[in-house]
Amino acid sequence: MDALTLTLSTLAKIVFIMVIILTFAPILVWAERRQSAMIQDRIGPVRAGVKIFGYNITLLGLLHPLADALKFIFKEDFVPPKADKFLHAIAPILVVATAILAFAVIPFAEPMYLEHLGQVLPEAAARAGVVIPMQVASINSGILFIFAVAGTGVAGAALAGYASDNKYSLIGGIRAAGQMVSYEVTLGLTIVGCFMVYNTLLLEDMVTWQREHVWGIVAQPVAFILFMTCSIAETKRIPFDIPEGESEIVGGYLTEYSGMKFGMFFMGEFIEVVALAALATTLFFGGYDVPFLTSNGFNVFGMTANLPHVAVVGLQILTFVVKLAVMIWFQLMVRWTLPRFRYDQIMALCWKYILPLSLLNILVTGAIILLLS
Amino acid sequence: MAILVPQPNRSLADQAYVPAIAKGLGQTMRKFFKNTLSSKKDIVTLRYPEETVEYPERFRGVHRLTQRADGSPRCVACLCCSTACPAQCIHIEAGEYEQGDPRHGYERFPKVFVIDELRCIFCGYCVEACPCDAIRMDTGMHMPPSTDRSHFIYDRETLLSIPGRDGTHESANPRHEPGDPSHPGIDRDRH
Repeated sequence: MDALTLTLSTLAKIVFIMVIILTFAPILVWAERRQSAMIQDRIGPVRAGVKIFGYNITLLGLLHPLADALKFIFKEDFVPPKADKFLHAIAPILVVATAILAFAVIPFAEPMYLEHLGQVLPEAAARAGVVIPMQVASINSGILFIFAVAGTGVAGAALAGYASDNKYSLIGGIRAAGQMVSYEVTLGLTIVGCFMVYNTLLLEDMVTWQREHVWGIVAQPVAFILFMTCSIAETKRIPFDIPEGESEIVGGYLTEYSGMKFGMFFMGEFIEVVALAALATTLFFGGYDVPFLTSNGFNVFGMTANLPHVAVVGLQILTFVVKLAVMIWFQLMVRWTLPRFRYDQIMALCWKYILPLSLLNILVTGAIILLLS
Repeated sequence: MAILVPQPNRSLADQAYVPAIAKGLGQTMRKFFKNTLSSKKDIVTLRYPEETVEYPERFRGVHRLTQRADGSPRCVACLCCSTACPAQCIHIEAGEYEQGDPRHGYERFPKVFVIDELRCIFCGYCVEACPCDAIRMDTGMHMPPSTDRSHFIYDRETLLSIPGRDGTHESANPRHEPGDPSHPGIDRDRH
């Protein structure tokens, strides 16, 4: 592959990922409000509308995020007089950037062979031409990259708390840092069992393993529950929203943020939800895997229906997006079901329950693998 | 001495949280799917300006002046209502009928009938005090909101124009005009 193709294809993939993220994030704002309304027997936001030819177009309230964004942009961007201006400004950028970066290694379809787009993909030996891996970057540290990036995200929240010159913000920032660092440790450990089963750190190889064997949720059910718990804690959302407990510390590290800077934290939170859904999909729900769909087309217990390569790839991208949406829906469901924890309960849950359980999971997985081999 | 608090006797399932969380998720999901997919929704919110709740039957709404058959007010300007009004929000200026009118010397009519709806406490004493069933609060409406205080000073024509809940401007109670041969008693002045 020459440099031009590489650049162009990578750019195209980045645009695709950004489109997915930047459409999911505002829709999530709407989804969260409407979904909570549906759970609580309300209607939710349906008012914001645009009058076109006398018809009031509301799109079921989908225009509310747009109105929110407009409001964010036109609001005064207030910085406390004694705040550290530079850190205060850079914190929301850090949060959003790290949240988006996590998508770089997530595969959303099988590698695309440009030469074979219109035909059924031939056997591996007969494949030729340019092949484009359908993920932005195939980094050989794989999932460790996501953890590294998520670790940088802690800095955003902590800096926001530190730079605001506000006691509530500082406490919120400290809480956020403590919580996120703790849960990062366990987040990593919970999916070590998956690495052992898949025998790889590369996300694309994990999906390939799941396509050939079973989905991760069947292979590692305990890891799934632990991973979901830890990852929801990583996003700092209810039931783990201790860093911004309104009744105790006002808005936590968000207290001194207004306008679009607050909007960026807001976006960052929702992008984290999407990133998490993508990670959970890739690790436990087969990523872009469509049941019975092989690279050549459908194969249901011996009955085959061949599909051209481009259709297979398209179907996989579509499946990935649908799985993403379902995982996000599930996370919102959890958010509107559970009450919040106390800070000591969060820490106890992390260090006294999830950590030993994930270690036990690694032990049992290792023992089973040893027995089977 | 330390006080030993008895530990709650919780089973492993309780302590694992997972069954309880699953139960809670089941509850919220049932609500979610019922309110999105099913035709029998539990949603209680009304889209207010478009949808409203009917006020109860005896709700004391905004006042109205009932009309006679010819459209003039039933009110005879006896000032009973303005006397009974604890908020003193009713202002009436009585007028005499022309000489020769059968009603002259028998009853008067309100030249001016003004209710300050912002002063009114909606106690309903005026309705009770009225001997002619001329003022009623059975409109079933609250005052329409406004940004101008002068919009809440309801004059005679405004009050006459507000219909009752049944849509009519009359009262269900019968009225006999002076000169009605079936009720000669009300013509006592001319006998």
